[in-house]
Amino acid sequence: MPDKDIEIRIRDLNIYSMYKNKKHSHILKNINLDIPKNRLTSIIGPSGCGKTTLLKSINRLHDIQENIKVEGHVFIGDEDIYNPQRQVNEIRKMVGLIAQRPYPLPANIYDNIAFGPRLHGKRKKSELDDIVENCLKRTYLWEEVKDRLKEPAVALSIGQQQRLCIARALAVEPEVLLCDEITSALDPISSEKIESLLLSLRQDYTIVMVSHVLRQARRLSDYVVFLYFGEVVETGYASELFESPKDQRTRNYISGVMPGL
Amino acid sequence: MNKYVKESIFKVLMVISVFIVIAYLVMIVGINVVKGGIVLIKNPAVVVTAPGPKYLLGGEGGILHAILGSILMVVPSTCISCAASYLIALFLQVDYIKNKLSNKLRVVFDVLWGIPSIIYGIFILNILIITNRRGSLGAGIITLALLQMPVIVRYMDEALNSVPNGIRESAYSLGATRLETAIAATKYALPGIIAGVLMGMGRAMGDAASVIFTSGAGNSMPKGLSKSAASLPVLIFQQANSFYPSVREHAYAASFVLIFIVIILNTVSRLCSKHFQKFTLGSGK
Repeated sequence: MPDKDIEIRIRDLNIYSMYKNKKHSHILKNINLDIPKNRLTSIIGPSGCGKTTLLKSINRLHDIQENIKVEGHVFIGDEDIYNPQRQVNEIRKMVGLIAQRPYPLPANIYDNIAFGPRLHGKRKKSELDDIVENCLKRTYLWEEVKDRLKEPAVALSIGQQQRLCIARALAVEPEVLLCDEITSALDPISSEKIESLLLSLRQDYTIVMVSHVLRQARRLSDYVVFLYFGEVVETGYASELFESPKDQRTRNYISGVMPGL
Repeated sequence: MNKYVKESIFKVLMVISVFIVIAYLVMIVGINVVKGGIVLIKNPAVVVTAPGPKYLLGGEGGILHAILGSILMVVPSTCISCAASYLIALFLQVDYIKNKLSNKLRVVFDVLWGIPSIIYGIFILNILIITNRRGSLGAGIITLALLQMPVIVRYMDEALNSVPNGIRESAYSLGATRLETAIAATKYALPGIIAGVLMGMGRAMGDAASVIFTSGAGNSMPKGLSKSAASLPVLIFQQANSFYPSVREHAYAASFVLIFIVIILNTVSRLCSKHFQKFTLGSGK
């Protein structure tokens, strides 16, 4: 991959779970990975192979967890996000995270979107109004909620809540969006909406998605990373990786025969 | 035994238990409400009159001094306790310290919660003696603040702990600092936090033992922070076994007022929780 196309570089990343200050298990082993800019990258692999762990290491969410030790470097653009000199919240601002199921903040729809911009010093009402409208339009939610912005966000349907969470992440103008199986709690119609939303977002954002639905990964991704027991087995453009996987394990996983699982 | 027979037997036992609890609740509240109600109907001015000169002998005057004393002691102590408890509860969250340490601290607060209130009273009394002071409204406020702190801390802690991790992760991933995240989580936990504050307030409102030595427990209107102050539970303690029926009546009036306040606190807590629950997950449409 040419250098200018790379957004995220992961170098020698090792993640351990700790038990009584000792390294207990090695969750991610020597990850070296390049993730292309403005593309949708899927991380696939069997359950428990460290997909979510890898995803969360891209916005330093492991910092709040005890018993997790991270070694190595993750660069977004030219910046090392594990640089101790930088405030972690400024780093997280560059990287939006959308969770498996939507977690709207305990506030109304408007304040959910405005939460992030307010954290970063935007206080003017007109400015916030614009951000809220833009983000909701971007996630095709505006027409559905424009008359009830002051209603509690939890009153929305779960699919709408998930789009609200995406809108909320967009409101802080991130460069990267991390999606952790974001359609797994949704019905097929809501999933479809989210999928088409992701496809429309990838021209402006670098999207890294964890998926355990192979068909979905095949439909959506430009680039695929196959993770197996904490190791990167194979990476490649979706067409290549799904059509002609090089590694035997990838071939097995894609064709649905995974010995020992 | 047939499992359906077993089930019916247990159902009968459960119904009986519930019935017993409701029956004695009705009796406790009923007797006090009836006895206090009779006094208040006969002489409603008793709650707005200050005690007269022959207060303990003939029951001259009313119980306004105790009502005011209770309010003046409980409200400031709850405010102090809330502020301190909130900071402690935030500190107990794992975002700030290790889980192991916070669990140890939780044990400390559980023990403090379990200590009988008279011990708190003795503790402040000792400090008063050492510093050569007398029981006063201020000392009462401090005692009650200490008394309700463990209750409020543990309630707040539980409420904050029950906030789904996803809420915190959402806030963090938007670039919030630990404090900003904690405030977002607090909004989510508000129903539980309010319940805790009102539980603490209820404990302080109804406690006689801790303030019996420390607030002076006089029979005059509260005049200042360093002057003695009466309170409703202490008044009940001192007057319920009086030789004079007219003095005993004051104790019943006071218990009526106490029950009334407890019911008000409960109602307020429920209304507040309902309001804030609208915003939490799973509250439905």
